[in-house]
Amino acid sequence: MNPRLAQKIAHAVMLTATLLVVLPVLVILVIIVAKGASAISWDFLFSMPRDGMTAGGIFPAILGTLYLVLGAILFAVPLGVLAAVYLVEYSSDNWFSRLVKLSIVNLAGVPSVVYGLFGLGIFVTFFRFGASILSGSLTLGIMILPVIITSAREALESVPRHFRVVSLSLGASRWQTIRHSVLPHALPGILTGMILGLGRAAGETAPILFTVAAFYLPRLPHSVFDQTMALPYHLYVISTQVPGIAENVRYGTALVLLSLVLLLNLAAILVRSRFRGKKKW
Amino acid sequence: MKSIRFRKLKEWGIEKAILLSGIFSVVFVVLIFLFLLREGFSLFRGESIVDFIFGKSWYPISSPPRFGILPLILGSLLVTLGAAAISVPIGIAAALYISEIAPRRLKEPLKAGIELLAAIPSVVIGFIGMITLGPWIKSAFHLPTGLTALTGSVTLAFMAMPTIVSIAEDAITAVPRQYREAAIAMGATQWQTTWRIVARAARPGMVAAVMLGIGRVIGETMAVMMVTGNAAVIPRSFLQPVRTLTATIAAEMGESVQGGPHYAALFAIGIVLFIITFLINGVADLYLHRSRQ
Repeated sequence: MNPRLAQKIAHAVMLTATLLVVLPVLVILVIIVAKGASAISWDFLFSMPRDGMTAGGIFPAILGTLYLVLGAILFAVPLGVLAAVYLVEYSSDNWFSRLVKLSIVNLAGVPSVVYGLFGLGIFVTFFRFGASILSGSLTLGIMILPVIITSAREALESVPRHFRVVSLSLGASRWQTIRHSVLPHALPGILTGMILGLGRAAGETAPILFTVAAFYLPRLPHSVFDQTMALPYHLYVISTQVPGIAENVRYGTALVLLSLVLLLNLAAILVRSRFRGKKKW
Repeated sequence: MKSIRFRKLKEWGIEKAILLSGIFSVVFVVLIFLFLLREGFSLFRGESIVDFIFGKSWYPISSPPRFGILPLILGSLLVTLGAAAISVPIGIAAALYISEIAPRRLKEPLKAGIELLAAIPSVVIGFIGMITLGPWIKSAFHLPTGLTALTGSVTLAFMAMPTIVSIAEDAITAVPRQYREAAIAMGATQWQTTWRIVARAARPGMVAAVMLGIGRVIGETMAVMMVTGNAAVIPRSFLQPVRTLTATIAAEMGESVQGGPHYAALFAIGIVLFIITFLINGVADLYLHRSRQ
């Protein structure tokens, strides 16, 4: 075949493939917004569900998801950032740091439902936290740990080596160097990872199935030992388990969840691109 | 003097905290495996491992209960193969397009679009698959139900694609520029360069991308539970309902009695999943290291 013709055909095929990956995002967004926007109201967002979820709002699910995500971040960010500092600033390339890296890769690959089993086994049963916000947050926190560590690592690695050399040569200690000359420059990257982790934790269902999520609980949680409803589980419940829910309520719930997650991801993309533009070295 | 000693103590404490945080990721992997074993191992006091893995019937609540997970393994396998058949060619082609051919101003929006696809929660993808794709497949193939292995494969293909595209794209971008320049200088067209030189040089990274995509599909739970119809029988075709390993755990844990054999069997399925994904990720990591050298 004529190589120019072959190139034209190949490019057309590859463009089609790319559109097949990107367009579904738009299609999903359009469908959910078109069918779900009519359900969104002040009452839908900020009132309790009534009559077995057929009426009222989804406020406890929204608040529950916010609590879970907050808890997960409080747990995962300090641990993840320090782990990244260890890998980039302290460890040399030995068997132990390779083992740590391999563990992170594997944590990232563990199926979400297995995290659910783990949370059930360790937090709910072994530590006797019961099905509670605490158990759910810790489970989600461990699940998003790889996301936090990986982006914090990239951020720390992108800080030039001479920043450290200069600081150390002026007599600063190792930790002072990290604290004042490295971490401030890695902050946007760490923030990006944190927001991505938030988005991931907000959307996951399987890890909270057995550790916290309540099917129908029309009141707000009082403490971290209470169960709570959560948005993704609520969407699963009303779309598969409970018949007779109005279609626009299902789409409306999907719209709220999708908006929350996509806004967080857009924020992460914006933070990252601003950071790239501002870099001076 | 005192303040110096205090500062040294503080420095020592912080360094230990940092080391400890590094150790934690290893600890968590070990803990996950230990707790799966702790809850799941009791099943094998009454059941042999061979019967568990190759048993043809999964009737967890009949008496006596039967805990054979072969139908679930085959369900997972069928859905995964289907999803890979769809997502691998599309994903690799899209990665080549984005990194080699797309004009610069299109690159970033395309990458952002793919990141957004990766960000959509699986329960939302499952919801859309169930409510739009399901009915369409039902009427297209004249089936009694639209919730089939095929529906699962198509839905999961969209969840594997972002992983495949972004990792393959990294591998392609890492191919040295001289390779391309040399090929063009020899008179190759851009497509010949892309396909015969760049794609070949990036192959180890692409293998890793495909494996990680497949790992994501095998572990996916909510979407697959919502769209595959959940029939725990040995599948005969793509057009019938199936049930996967992950969906079984998610669907049945709520009904099982804590500490009972059914509960242990679900944790034992968790062990199987953990080992499968551990192997896939380990091998993918090896390929990634090879592609970086």
